[in-house]
Amino acid sequence: MRWLLVAIMVAATVLSDLLQSHEMKRAGEQSVGARGLARLLRAIVERRFLMLAIGCMAVSFFSFMALVRTEPLSFAVPASAASFVLETALAKLVLREQIGIRRAAGALIVLAGVILVGG
Amino acid sequence: MKPGLLKTYLILALFIAQKAVGNLSLAWGMKRLPSSLPSNFGANPLFYVRAMFDPFVAAGIAALILALLTRMVLLSLADLSFVLPVTAIGYAVAAFLGKVVLHETVTGRRWAGTFLISIGAALVGSTSRTTTTEAGAKSS
Repeated sequence: MRWLLVAIMVAATVLSDLLQSHEMKRAGEQSVGARGLARLLRAIVERRFLMLAIGCMAVSFFSFMALVRTEPLSFAVPASAASFVLETALAKLVLREQIGIRRAAGALIVLAGVILVGG
Repeated sequence: MKPGLLKTYLILALFIAQKAVGNLSLAWGMKRLPSSLPSNFGANPLFYVRAMFDPFVAAGIAALILALLTRMVLLSLADLSFVLPVTAIGYAVAAFLGKVVLHETVTGRRWAGTFLISIGAALVGSTSRTTTTEAGAKSS
């Protein structure tokens, strides 16, 4: 059951992050002040893909909630990072981000760390 | 340090703090739920709704919603492939808080993992935060 929850969480996270990144880049630079957050909330309401991203995040979140009910936080949190490789690859393929050697190496080191932490 | 880069790192630090507090509070709240609730919630939404009335679960959800908004701001400033590894520092923070606050067992292997995450995140953090023309653009 725990791996099914991890799979649901990862799939929902990947879709949510790709949609968020795409839409937030289109929305332009935002800030965390009161006015900035108000503008962000307006952008969420106006952009349907951001709404869909939040829906996916909700699925991911409830999977996480169910996971931490039975598993230690120190397993549940790194397990959620399984989306990492998939998202980095899709950031290059779908979002057209340039992933140089240093960024790729850093991402792989982080992935190795996540595997160690979750193992 | 350029102002844009400083802003990105300040928002990154805020996100990591919000996420750590949120996860900790949520995990604490979920573990102290009454034993009348099943250990595995399955697909029954009523269990989730009931869990949300626990103050620690509610506080955790509030902190995680704030973290979600902060991360969206971060994604408007930097690439997804930049944000993902640098925010992984949160996993190291989670392992530390799991050990210190929740008294979970954190093995040497897990500490080694958190060390690698920190090194990798630092390496990615040294790259340009944005490689696309749209990211970091001023909103109109």
